[in-house]
Amino acid sequence: MGALAETRGAPAPAGAFRPANDEGQNAEGSARALLRFITCGSVDDGKSTLIGRILYEAGAVFDDQLTALDADSRRFGTQGQAPDFALLVDGLSAEREQGITIDVAYRYFSTEQRSFIVADTPGHEQYTRNMATGASTADLAIILVDARKGLLPQTRRHSFIVSLVGVRRIVVAVNKMDLVGYDEAVFRRIEQDYRAMAAGLGFSTIDFIPVSARDGENVTQASRLTPWYRGPALLPFLEAVTVAAEVRDEAGFALPVQWVNRPDLDFRGYAGMVAQGRLRIGDSVAVLPTGRRSTIARIIAPSGEVSQASAGQSVTVTLADEVDVSRGDVIASLADGPVARQELRARLLWTGEAPLREGAEFILKLGTATANVSVTQLQHRLDVESFAEVPADNLPMNAIGLATLRLDRPLAVLDYAGSRELGGFILIERLSNQTVAFGFVEELRPAARLGAGATGQEASLPLRLRRALAHEVGRAGSAQRRAFASGLSWRAGSSLMLAGATIALGASGGVAATLAVGDFVLRPLVHRAHKRLWRREGAGELQDGAGI
Amino acid sequence: MIQLSHLQKLEAEAIFIIREVAATCEKPVLLYSIGKDSAVLLHLAMKAFHPGKPPFPLLHVDTTWKFREMIAFRDETARRLGLGLIVHINEEGVRAGVNPFSSGSRLHTDVMKTQGLKQALDKYGFDAAFGGARRDEEKSRAKERVFSLRSAQHRWDPKNQRPEPWRLFNTRKAAGESFRVFPLSNWTEKDVWDYIALENIPVVPLYFAAPRPVVHRNGAWIMRDDERMDLLPGEVVETRMVRFRTLGCYPLTGAVESEAASLTDIIAEMRSSRSSEREGRVIDHDGSGSMEQKKQEGYF
Repeated sequence: MGALAETRGAPAPAGAFRPANDEGQNAEGSARALLRFITCGSVDDGKSTLIGRILYEAGAVFDDQLTALDADSRRFGTQGQAPDFALLVDGLSAEREQGITIDVAYRYFSTEQRSFIVADTPGHEQYTRNMATGASTADLAIILVDARKGLLPQTRRHSFIVSLVGVRRIVVAVNKMDLVGYDEAVFRRIEQDYRAMAAGLGFSTIDFIPVSARDGENVTQASRLTPWYRGPALLPFLEAVTVAAEVRDEAGFALPVQWVNRPDLDFRGYAGMVAQGRLRIGDSVAVLPTGRRSTIARIIAPSGEVSQASAGQSVTVTLADEVDVSRGDVIASLADGPVARQELRARLLWTGEAPLREGAEFILKLGTATANVSVTQLQHRLDVESFAEVPADNLPMNAIGLATLRLDRPLAVLDYAGSRELGGFILIERLSNQTVAFGFVEELRPAARLGAGATGQEASLPLRLRRALAHEVGRAGSAQRRAFASGLSWRAGSSLMLAGATIALGASGGVAATLAVGDFVLRPLVHRAHKRLWRREGAGELQDGAGI
Repeated sequence: MIQLSHLQKLEAEAIFIIREVAATCEKPVLLYSIGKDSAVLLHLAMKAFHPGKPPFPLLHVDTTWKFREMIAFRDETARRLGLGLIVHINEEGVRAGVNPFSSGSRLHTDVMKTQGLKQALDKYGFDAAFGGARRDEEKSRAKERVFSLRSAQHRWDPKNQRPEPWRLFNTRKAAGESFRVFPLSNWTEKDVWDYIALENIPVVPLYFAAPRPVVHRNGAWIMRDDERMDLLPGEVVETRMVRFRTLGCYPLTGAVESEAASLTDIIAEMRSSRSSEREGRVIDHDGSGSMEQKKQEGYF
C-alpha cells in the first residue's frame, strides 16, 4: 500500500506539461465541506426560530446584531421578554410586522467542523415558489413538524417539492416538544406517520430529532429532557452528516455556452460553466443542437490556461475548427452527452397567479438557452393529500403536474434526475416577464417512460425492478457501477482464498467449494443485516470500511 | 474528479453571474465603490472575460466625502486595468450644500448616494448595474435576489421578487426597468478576505492598521480626513492605531482600534471579532428596517 500511495503522490513525469493550479485544490478537506440545507414545514412550525437559535448558539450572531435583536424583540417579538430568534432571519419589515416568513433568507455560518448555507423558507402556501427556490440548491432538508399538530398538508406538500427538486437526505425535526411535555409517544407517532407518508418519495435516509427551538433543547446539545432519544442533537448531526457525492463528473461532459468571447480577430472563445463531466484539450466534441463536430483546442479557467476542467468550473474554451457556436448551444462529448429535443415531457411546479391551461405559450429558459414553448398537453395534476395523479385541465398556483411541451426549436437537454443544469428549466410569461413555472424534464428515453398514466397507478413491476437493480449496482459506466464491480471482485477473491485455505487444511474439494460459495453468498447478506442493526443506532459509515 | 474548494465554487458562480449579465443585458455597468467587495468583484469581472476586457465601464457615485486615499486608489485601479471609469457627482446636492454634518447622515446618503446613483443610471441609460453587496451583510440583504429587478423609478419590491431556482436567472425586463446584480451574494466577509489573500488583490490601504488622526464622536472613531470636518467643543484629534472594516463617506465611517497591519492579521482579527462589519456604518443604525427602506427607494 505504501509504495502505491507514494507513486500516486509523485510529481508528474518530466515532459508531461501541467500548468499551475491544474489539479483542483482541496485545501479545506472533506470535513470542512460546505453543506447547503433548507428548513421547511408548515407556517408557525418554528423554522425561523430554529435557524435563529442555531445561528445564535453557533456564535454567528454578532454583539451589535444581538443589541438590535433585543430592541426588535421588544417591538415585534412573540416571546414576551425573551429574545425572539425568528427576528434574526425575518429581515423584511412586513415579515417582522406579521410575524411570518415571506421570502427565502440565506444565512451563512460555520462551526469548527463545517461551513453551512441555510435557506430559511416560508411556510405559507402562498409563498411556495420561494420555498422551492431554496430547495433547488439544497443538499439536505430539515422538515419541521409541530409536535402538537403532527403532519399538516404543508408538511406533505413541502416533502413532495423537496423530493421533486432532488433532495434525498431528510431530517424531520419534531419541534415544540416542550409543549407536549417531551412525550416519547408523540414523537414516535409522528415518526411513524412521516415514514408512511414519505414511502414513495424516494428519500435515501430520513432521520428524526425531537427539539424545542424556543428553549434550545436538542439544538446544539443533547437534551436531558429526552432521555429516550439517543441520537445526536441537530447541529452536531448536521456537522457529521454525509450527503451523496456528486457523480456528475463521470457522465459525458456538457458545457452550455453563455457568452462568445471575441476580444480580437485572433481569439474566439466560448465561455460557460461546465454542467457535467470533464473536458480535456484534444477531446472530440459536438455542438448541440446542430451536431457539428470539432475538438477542444484551449481551456482557460479562472486560474489561467489548463489542460482539463470539470463540472462546476467557469471556463472559456476554444475549438480547433471554425464552427458556428452561439449562446444557448451546448458543447458536449460525443457519447453520454445531452440530446437535442423539440418535445419534452416535464413536471411543472406552477408559480403563476393565473392557472396554467393547455395551449398556453411561454418563453422557456433551460441552461443558457431560451426558446418559445407551448404547453400542448396537461397529463395530470398531483393531489397533495394522497400524492395521487388526478386528471386535470388546468394547474392553479402552487400545483404540480405533468405536461408535454413543444419547443419552437430543438434544445440540448438531459433528464432532471441526471442533471439539474440541463434538466431543470423555468417558464416565463411573455407579457409580464414573470417566472410562472419551475420545470423538471422527465426520463427522455421513450422505452423507459413512466408507466404511470392519468390513472394514478404505480410504475410497472419490471420497471420498478430495473430501478431497484440500478439503485444497487449503479448505471453502466458510473462510479457506482465501478465501485460495485470492485466490491464484487474483492468478495470473489476472498472467497477463493477461503477455499484455498480449506484445501490446505486437508478438506476435500467439495467441502472447500461449498464453503466458498456459502461465504460468497451469505457474507454480504449478514453484512447488510449487521449494518442495518448499527444504522438504527445512528452509526455513520466509514469510507470504504476504513480498511477494517 | 477535480474537487473544487469552497472559494473556487464561489468564484465560478460569480463569474457565471457576471457573464450572464453581459450576455443578456444591453448596457451593463459595474458600480465601483472602491471597497474590498468592489475589488473582488472587479477582479472576477477581469477573469470572466479574459483574454478580453469586461464589456462594461466602472461607475463611481462620488458623494465628495470619500477618503482621499479611496479616490487615489480608484483612479490608479482604472488606469492599471485600462478600464473606462465614469465618476458621477450629484451637482444639485452639492449646490444645495448637502453634507453629512449639517444635513444629517440620512439626508446626505439619500441625496448624494441614492439620488446620485439614480441620476447616473438614467443619464447613461444603464440597464444592469453590478454591486458587491453580500447577503451576509444585513438581514434585508439576506432576502435579496442575485438579479434584483427595479422599476423604472428604481424601486425594489421585496414582496414580489422573482424566484431564482438553481442558477436560472430570469433576465427579462420591460423598457425602463433595470437590474441590480449581486455576483457576491453567497460570499461572506471571511470569503472576501480569504480570496483577496489567495489572489493577491490590491485593496485600499485604509483596511490596514496605521496611526491615523481620529476624533471620538457618538461612540465611534471618526478619521478627520480633511479640514471640512469641524471639531465640536471638547473634541480633540488624537493619533491612534486604527483601521476600517468597511469604507464609505469618512464622516460616517467608524474606525476600529487595531494592530492588524497585514491580510493575515485582518483575517485573524475578523475571526475573533464579536461585532459585525457594518457596526461602523452610521447609516445602518437609523432603525432596524432602514436598509430595506433605503433599498426600496433605490439605494443599492
